[in-house]
Amino acid sequence: MQDMTYTRRETLVIGAGGIALLAVTPAMASAVEEAVAAFTGGAAVTDGGVEITAPEIAENGNVVPIEVSAPGAEEIMVLATGNPSPPVCSVSFGPGSASQRLSTRIRLARTQDVLAMARMSDGSFVQATRAVKVTIGGCGG
Amino acid sequence: MTFRAKKVAVLAVATSFAFGNTAVAEPDLDAVLVINDELEMVTMVDPPAHLEGALDKVISGWHFRDAATRKLETDDFENPAFIHVEQGLTAWETVEGSEGESCASCHGSIEESMKGLRAVLPKVTADGELWSMENYINDCRENRMGAEPWGWNTGPMRDMTAAIALQSRGMPVNVAIDGPAQPYWEQGKELYYKRHGLLDLSCASCHEENNGNYIRADHLSQGQINGFPVYRLKQSNMISLHNRFFGCVRDTRAESYERGGPEFRALELYVASRGNGLSVEAPSVRN
Amino acid sequence: MADVKPRVKIPSSASAGEAFTVKTLISHPMESGLRKDADGNAIPRRIINRFTCEFNGANVLDMELHGAVSANPYIEFEAQIDAAGEFTFTWYDDDGSVYTTTNAIDLA
Ligand code: HEC
Ligand code: HEC
Repeated sequence: MQDMTYTRRETLVIGAGGIALLAVTPAMASAVEEAVAAFTGGAAVTDGGVEITAPEIAENGNVVPIEVSAPGAEEIMVLATGNPSPPVCSVSFGPGSASQRLSTRIRLARTQDVLAMARMSDGSFVQATRAVKVTIGGCGG
Repeated sequence: MTFRAKKVAVLAVATSFAFGNTAVAEPDLDAVLVINDELEMVTMVDPPAHLEGALDKVISGWHFRDAATRKLETDDFENPAFIHVEQGLTAWETVEGSEGESCASCHGSIEESMKGLRAVLPKVTADGELWSMENYINDCRENRMGAEPWGWNTGPMRDMTAAIALQSRGMPVNVAIDGPAQPYWEQGKELYYKRHGLLDLSCASCHEENNGNYIRADHLSQGQINGFPVYRLKQSNMISLHNRFFGCVRDTRAESYERGGPEFRALELYVASRGNGLSVEAPSVRN
Repeated sequence: MADVKPRVKIPSSASAGEAFTVKTLISHPMESGLRKDADGNAIPRRIINRFTCEFNGANVLDMELHGAVSANPYIEFEAQIDAAGEFTFTWYDDDGSVYTTTNAIDLA
């Protein structure tokens, strides 16, 4: 029997599955703040006007389908506020687009809020957040 | 590592493996799998005679995944496995080896020559051996093309098995379990119910007795194989059936069998027979 | 890299001003730069960092991607046309490679 010993790492990994929520560390918080400041240039941001569609619970954080939509936006930025590196993507819409909507698949390191912020054509900024619970599977190969 | 440390670790694992009935424990049995808006799949059937009493219904692993994962399988464009299918299709046309042949030069179109094959594998050869799809592919590569065999669990092999399996999509799984297949089937059944490893768990402990429950954060299915090879979100890649078996045995803290070895081929036949009647769903998407 | 392959799905025709869905997928590992290999060495970042879609030379969508976009990036959005023409889709790889594919569309 070769596979009967446990490394400390394995035990830790298995244990980690039981921890549902981890705090956002200051480093992440400031990375989010930085990304927001770079996007808005310090302008005020109001809630609403952006819609995020994402599963409430994602079976696997490796591939989480999300859709962001902000009618009238020129650009939308998406941040995974609980990722070690929060920026996900930012997208600007040209004249050939038929809506200000984008669907993609993203990586979420753990349970967290996804933040979408939009720059509207009048120069104002709006935002929305959506909580996604990430369950960590990891049995059976 | 000292004995005591080991024991503590094992205990920790045993507790974390407690079966839970949290959140939405039931699989979504009302969901219907229609692929590309046109191909409706059979994802639930009455059990075959040999499973009488063991399972009320035979249910594809698709039902046990969450809505987002399930949706990825409903459209071939959105299903990331199709990147790999395309690579398999390219390999089908590619000349390799000393004989200057490609798969296509002998078999012609993959759509016609490979249709229905996934549904009946593994099967017993004229020489009385039980072969999985990978054995057939490597037999052709080595003995008919003069090419290097592909490793059981390598990218090119998974891509090819995905491309071949796709040609049977929607057809009912229908493996033979009698005649020359019977001794292999018996061997596979024994392995299925054998308790493995430090955790003393059989395939049945998880997939027969506890399907629908949660094990840690994972929703346990019946461990059906009609979707293989599958695209797993965890690896962001295709995984072969024997690799899944390998992981499941390893997770009981047992020494696993070899991928492609006689034990896993026998197990493949037996597990396939537990899903006789389900549509071939390959290449499917799992978490 | 030979294993990077773009795929695009658009209708073959659309009426003027009608919104239609564009789906794109490219095979790519999107190595985030945050992972370590079996020996504990950091795996260098290599991602698709930008994706653009143009129609007859005019911008439809311009997207900046980071390491949190999943492997094999899938991007779906809505476009419209006022004339027949050609869509150009371009993916920019960290390693300097640029992958381009074009799709013609008719006015219905
Ligand atoms: C030189 C001709 C030749 C080439 C090249 C060849 N094959 Fe075959 N293949 C055969 C023959 C002959 C059989 C046996 C057919 C039978 O027994 O009915 C076979 C059988 C198979 C089978 C089992 C089919 C069944 O119905 O049981 C598979 C799967 C297969 N080949 C896949 C491949 C793949 C994949 C390639 C390319 C990597 C390939 N073959 C290349 C000649 C070839
Ligand atoms: C400790 C519990 C456990 C044991 C024992 C176990 N598995 Fe699994 N298995 C899982 C989990 C968890 C998954 C992932 C969720 C699911 O599909 O059930 C899984 C998945 C699978 C799948 C993939 C199903 C699909 O739809 O893609 C197969 C096949 C499978 N197991 C077969 C087996 C076989 C065969 C055995 C015995 C050798 C076995 N398992 C033993 C826990 C277990």
